Amino acid sequence: MIIDPHIHMVSRTTDDYSALALHGIRVITEPSFWPGYDRKTSESFKDYFEHLTEVEPARASKFGISHYCWIGLNPKEAVDTELAREVMKLLPEYLDRPTVLGSGGIGLNRNSRNEVAVLEWHLELAAQRDDLVLVHTPHLEDKLKGTRLIMDAIRNESRLDPKRVLIDHAEEHTVEAIRNRGFWAGVTLYPLSKCSPARAVDILETFGCENIWLDSAADWGVSDPLAITKAADEMRRRGFDENKIARILYENPAAFLGQSPHFQLPC
Amino acid sequence: MAVEFTSPSATELLDLYFIEYRAKLLDLAAFFDRIDRYDGKEQAQADFRYKSLLEMLDLISCGENRVKNILISLSDPTLVAIADSEATAKASGAWRGAG
Repeated sequence: MIIDPHIHMVSRTTDDYSALALHGIRVITEPSFWPGYDRKTSESFKDYFEHLTEVEPARASKFGISHYCWIGLNPKEAVDTELAREVMKLLPEYLDRPTVLGSGGIGLNRNSRNEVAVLEWHLELAAQRDDLVLVHTPHLEDKLKGTRLIMDAIRNESRLDPKRVLIDHAEEHTVEAIRNRGFWAGVTLYPLSKCSPARAVDILETFGCENIWLDSAADWGVSDPLAITKAADEMRRRGFDENKIARILYENPAAFLGQSPHFQLPC
Repeated sequence: MAVEFTSPSATELLDLYFIEYRAKLLDLAAFFDRIDRYDGKEQAQADFRYKSLLEMLDLISCGENRVKNILISLSDPTLVAIADSEATAKASGAWRGAG
C-alpha cells in the first residue's frame, strides 16, 4: 500500500482515482489550496471546505481510497486580511470534522507581511487546539527565505512541537535545515517547479530517510498523480529494497499522519 | 525469472543516464541559441533570468553539491518579509536582485 500525503483531488478526474487505486495508492490527504483564482467571500471558502470534508471522501471511497484533508487559508489568498479574518472564524468547525487531520496548507507564497500575519494566526489556532500542521513553502526563488521565515514563526509559537509539523515542498537547499530544527520534511514531485523523481531519490540518498515523505501535490496544473510510483521505480533502479521503499511511501507518512486522532489506516 | 535490483556503480549510472542528460544539455544550449537568434535578443540577454542561467553553468562545472548551490544562487537572500504591495508579481525562478 502507498500513501500520497499531498494531492488535490478536487481538481482531478475519476480516471485519476482509478489510476491511484490500480497503482496501490490507497490513502491520500488533501491540503486546502488556491483554486487558480482569488475567492471573493468567506462563503466561497465554506463551500470549498464542505467539498473537502463531504464530497471528496465519498468520491474517493468509491475507488477504495481513504481521503483525508487539511483545513486552512492558503497563503496566496492571505493578503486580504479582512477576508482572512472571516475565513479564520470558519476554521474550528471544519477542523473538528472526522476526516480532517489538522491545519494546512498554511504557509507563505511571496513572503509578504500579511502572509506572515495570517500564518501566525493559523499557528496560534493550531497550538490552542493541539492540531497537526502541514506547511506550504513558497515556490522558486522565494523558497529559501520563506522556509526560514516559516521556521522562525513556528519557533515563536512555543506550544507547537516541531515533530507535529511537516514543512512541505522541501528541496536540496532547505531539507537539511528543516529536519535539523526537528520538523518533518515533505519532498514534492512536481514537473518543472519542484523535484523530479530522480532528484527526490538523490535527496533520500544524501540526507537519509528519517522524518521525510514524498508527495505529488497533483492539482489543476501540469502535474502527475502517479509521481510517487515513478519515484518508487527510480528507487528500485538505484538498488533500494522493497522494505526501504515501503518505509518511504507508507510507513513514514503513516507515522506522521498517525499523530492525528482522526487518521486510521485501512484494514 | 525475477529481476533483482542492486545498487549500481557510478559507471553503471553513467551508462544508464548519459544519453538522457546529453539530450538535456543540448536542449539547454539550443534554448540559448534560439533566444540569441530572435529579434529583441539584446533585451533578453540583459534579463536577469538569462544571465542567472548562464552563471549557473559555472556551478555545474565546479565541485560538489551542485543542485544545492544552484538553488541558493537563484534564491532571494534577504530575510525580512516584504510589503504586500511588492508581492504582486509571480515568482520567476531567479532572484531579480541578483541581476
